[in-house]
Amino acid sequence: MNYLPVLIALIKAVLMVAVVVVIAAYAVLAERKIAGWIQGRYGPNRTAFPVIGYIPILGKMLTRLGVFQPVADGLKFIFKEDPIPGHVNLVYYFLAPCVAFIPAMTTMAVLPFGEMDGQPLVLANLDIGMLFLLAVSSLGVYGIILAGWSANSKYPFLGGIRGSAQMISYELAMGLSILPAFLWANAPGSETGMSLFNVVQSQDQLWMVIWQPLSALIFLVALFAETNRLPFDMPEAETELVAGYNTEYGSMKFGLFFVAEYTHIVIGSGVLTVLFLGGWNFFPGLPSPWPGGWVGGVLSTLWFLLKVFTVVFFFMWIRWTLPRFRYDQVMRLGWTVLLPLALANLVLNAIFIALFDNWFV
Amino acid sequence: MTGRDDNLISVFIDEEEFLVPPGTNMVEAARLAGKEIPHYCYHPKLSVTGNCRMCLMELGMPLKDHSTGEPIIDRRGLQKIGWMPRPAIACATRAFPGIHIKTDSELVRECRNGVMEFLLVNHPLDCPICDQAGECSLQEYAADYGRGYSRFVENKNVKPKRTRLGPRVMLDDERCILCSRCIRFCKEIAKDDVLGFVDRGSYSTLTCFPGKDLQNNYSLNTVDICPVGALTSIDFRFKMRVWFLKETPSICAESSVGVNTHIESREGKIYRITPRRNDEVNDTWIPDSGRILYKSIDTDERLIHYTIDGSHTLVDGAAKEAATLLREGAVAVVGSGRASVEEQYLLGKIASAVKAISVSLVSRTGDGDGLLVSADRNPNVRGALLTGLITSLPHANLGGLASAIESGEVRTILSFGEDLTQCGVEKQLLEKVNVIYFGSHCNETGEVAKVVFPTLTVFEKAGTFINQQFRLQKFLPAVPGPQGVLPDIVSLGKLCSILDGEAIPPTGPEGVWAEMNTEIPQFSAIDFENIPINGILIDGSQWEHLPFIEGMSLHYDPDNNRQIMAEVTKSK
Amino acid sequence: MAFKILERKPLNWAERTYLPQIITGLKITLWNLFQKKVTLEYPDVRPVIPEGYRGIPTLVKDPKGREKCVSCQLCEFVCPPKAIRIQPGEIPEDADYAHVEKAPKQFDIDMLRCIYCGFCQEVCPEEAIFLQNDFSLSGYSREEMVFPKAKLYEMGGTFPDQHNKWGKKQQAAEEAKAHG
Ligand code: SF4
Ligand code: SF4
Ligand code: SF4
Ligand code: SF4
Ligand code: FES
Repeated sequence: MNYLPVLIALIKAVLMVAVVVVIAAYAVLAERKIAGWIQGRYGPNRTAFPVIGYIPILGKMLTRLGVFQPVADGLKFIFKEDPIPGHVNLVYYFLAPCVAFIPAMTTMAVLPFGEMDGQPLVLANLDIGMLFLLAVSSLGVYGIILAGWSANSKYPFLGGIRGSAQMISYELAMGLSILPAFLWANAPGSETGMSLFNVVQSQDQLWMVIWQPLSALIFLVALFAETNRLPFDMPEAETELVAGYNTEYGSMKFGLFFVAEYTHIVIGSGVLTVLFLGGWNFFPGLPSPWPGGWVGGVLSTLWFLLKVFTVVFFFMWIRWTLPRFRYDQVMRLGWTVLLPLALANLVLNAIFIALFDNWFV
Repeated sequence: MTGRDDNLISVFIDEEEFLVPPGTNMVEAARLAGKEIPHYCYHPKLSVTGNCRMCLMELGMPLKDHSTGEPIIDRRGLQKIGWMPRPAIACATRAFPGIHIKTDSELVRECRNGVMEFLLVNHPLDCPICDQAGECSLQEYAADYGRGYSRFVENKNVKPKRTRLGPRVMLDDERCILCSRCIRFCKEIAKDDVLGFVDRGSYSTLTCFPGKDLQNNYSLNTVDICPVGALTSIDFRFKMRVWFLKETPSICAESSVGVNTHIESREGKIYRITPRRNDEVNDTWIPDSGRILYKSIDTDERLIHYTIDGSHTLVDGAAKEAATLLREGAVAVVGSGRASVEEQYLLGKIASAVKAISVSLVSRTGDGDGLLVSADRNPNVRGALLTGLITSLPHANLGGLASAIESGEVRTILSFGEDLTQCGVEKQLLEKVNVIYFGSHCNETGEVAKVVFPTLTVFEKAGTFINQQFRLQKFLPAVPGPQGVLPDIVSLGKLCSILDGEAIPPTGPEGVWAEMNTEIPQFSAIDFENIPINGILIDGSQWEHLPFIEGMSLHYDPDNNRQIMAEVTKSK
Repeated sequence: MAFKILERKPLNWAERTYLPQIITGLKITLWNLFQKKVTLEYPDVRPVIPEGYRGIPTLVKDPKGREKCVSCQLCEFVCPPKAIRIQPGEIPEDADYAHVEKAPKQFDIDMLRCIYCGFCQEVCPEEAIFLQNDFSLSGYSREEMVFPKAKLYEMGGTFPDQHNKWGKKQQAAEEAKAHG
């Protein structure tokens, strides 16, 4: 038996996880910095790393930027006392963070992040990439529900309930909003299917967001809801529910929830980029200037990442701009606005595509 | 009270009509009417001198025609009032029919402002260091009538600030406003005329007569009545500000007079004892010797543990052990004239439950001073009579008990608060018998006792005393007792309920009173809560034939009291 | 009337999508992102203490070094959280300031209780207690945070005595003596 492909796949996977987790960690830093700046503060600027922090100007600068903060945060999560409340349901209590964390890490497998010589850079280029992504990412809510349930305490419980209700409500709109994108991508006779790579390739002329602004908007809103970000952070809602579903968690178990949340954001931004922002394609109308070989791969990946970071920034920008919706408003928006809108959007697009294909092609 | 009303006369205070007994001092009449006439030198229990002029008021009387004697009627059809052109002092004015006074007119207020300004001219700025601050009339009236700043540009008079008038009283001459209350007190009440003023004008100074000291047993009352901080108690001086002190009504246990007191404490610590006005008992006075009784409560000598044979236990253990000893019979009970009525009642119950062969009380005697210290230094001998603990008056010596121990007739002694070695029973003798001792302080009896119950002092518990007039007076706990020590009523009650197998022991005086209501005819219809603050006379005529040793005192005359008792009996 | 009733206009279509408002909000926050920071970087940069600031309460001495407090216990009385504990004492008759008669034997302020209300300063008839500029205190135990008299004086320092009440009194006494 040949172990090599397995080993390579494993190394790739670990690498990818590492990169995403680091990005997630720095997303936390970015969040704190952006929150600070928007509010006229500095954000974290004290944590100095031994040796590096002492380099004359550079160390000072890095410290002021808070570059070492995530390290300190991570260490804190690991070394903090890990209290286990007496009233929790132990099995589910321990299970919940894992259930939240694993799907967040799994979804990245199908996310293409670049292109090399016409081949996708992705861990697993599935035909049904999008379906896999939707399926797995919605598993994450079990983490929230379990956490809320197992804590045996009212705030987490409310948080859990809210999380599940919200997830169900917005999953629909989200699913419906990406269908038009695939309808467009799947020109008759094309092999696109549900593959994310092919969706990107189909956008080499025009980004989907230009064709499909409404779909993009619905997807964006649903994405906010799915990732439990403000203004949809019902499950956590710290002003109402203490800390929502993770109230009873501390130390690394809380850390897992935390990392999962930011991983969700990063991956979600990735998906948004892939579906609507042209993935690693250069600018609308301009052909991608990526040369062949690994240079092109790296460049396209960087370009992709740049877009992702922009979206992540947008996430944070929104968070520190908008207040939280009320729970009933969230539900109403989901069911009475987004869902009908997404349905109408799908139907109209389908009709439009049918007419278009019949008359012009 | 009926029938008295006919004697009342109408007086008009600020144009309102009030009924007062004729001859009432107008300061008091105004007080009855709910108005305050500020005053310094007037004191309800002293003669009137009228030298402070603070009580100035406008005085008027209904006019009559000189020739005909007909009332002069004004246009409104009312009798015309002739207002005196100058203000008069209220303290030297007595109520007569139709008298009109104004206590709050422009003129009156101006007078008070003027008097205040003069009083304050030489008064030092001492309030922050003055013990009177907080209960100082000068401060109070200065707030009402003072001008707030001084127009006096000269140097203030300098007078001695730390003059010892006697062993217990310190004089600050600068603060004295020359009201002469202290002088009158010494002369009229204490009958020890030692104080007087020397020098003139603003140099007037209070002083003791040459070769004399203010050292009578009532000297500290001058401190109480001094309206300012000129006289201070050396004992209380600079100890605590009065506004921190909580006043708890209590009864002085010094003698059978039953002086009404306030125990003034802060956070469980007693700082001083002051008299509480009771016109039937002590007016507004208290002997100095009664003021220091509290000092003994906070010593290392206090008993704080329930013990059996010297080892610590809890009250229930001690009560059980005591009950076992008592059930063996041949018990002698020694009660105390210092115990409260409730405790004596419970002790009596125990004595009858164990069929005690003797119940005795220890007498304490001293010289009566004819005022507020009586010859009987037990505050509550009459309580023991009423509760049936004893039937005859106590003796100082328990010789009978000693011989009973020697003869082996008595095997167990229950002593409530009495050190038997002090009244004729030798320690060696006590070692022969089982002693159960209730007491607040260590002593030889406590040392030999098999079972010891620590008790609380009168400052730490609630209860009642019956004084020489057969007046039932209650006292309330001012400070908490030592940690873990239960009120005596509770420990006695527990012992009692074990002995007669009764249900729930009482937890406070209320419970005992509920029982005494039915058991003791004189106590029917009295409940502890409702005992008036000035006490209530009990029908003691049944015991009036006993040769009580008290002589005359301030409001007690042994012969007269028989009559009073007879009246009480009749009214019942 | 002190208030005015405003008509609440119904939202128009664009407003009902909330999108224009969201965009306005985003603009504002973005603009803020590049503004000057208002944070005072505390331990490095110290705030300017304004006049009349109420830091921790301290006891002060007069320019001659006399302790101004006469243990009148008014501050103890007025202190809302009962942070002050005073045990008054007498100045012996042969001391320098015998004419002041009274001084605290013990004076403790429990800084963990103090709420910096300044009532003590306001009530003090001798101008002996002042809330000064120190505002950050720390210690390792509760006992340590109960500041005794010596420490309070050490932190308080000397204050001018504008009334010089006791000085005048002493002077008057001396003059009176001179005149017999
Ligand atoms: S006597 Fe009264 S007014 Fe005078 S110093 Fe004392 S408290 Fe102040
Ligand atoms: S010492 Fe007090 S009671 Fe005596 S005259 Fe002076 S002010 Fe009056
Ligand atoms: S500042 Fe306020 S709380 Fe603090 S000691 Fe003074 S009175 Fe008490
Ligand atoms: S109020 Fe002033 S003088 Fe009085 S005890 Fe307090 S600090 Fe001392
Ligand atoms: S009270 Fe009347 S003159 Fe003093």
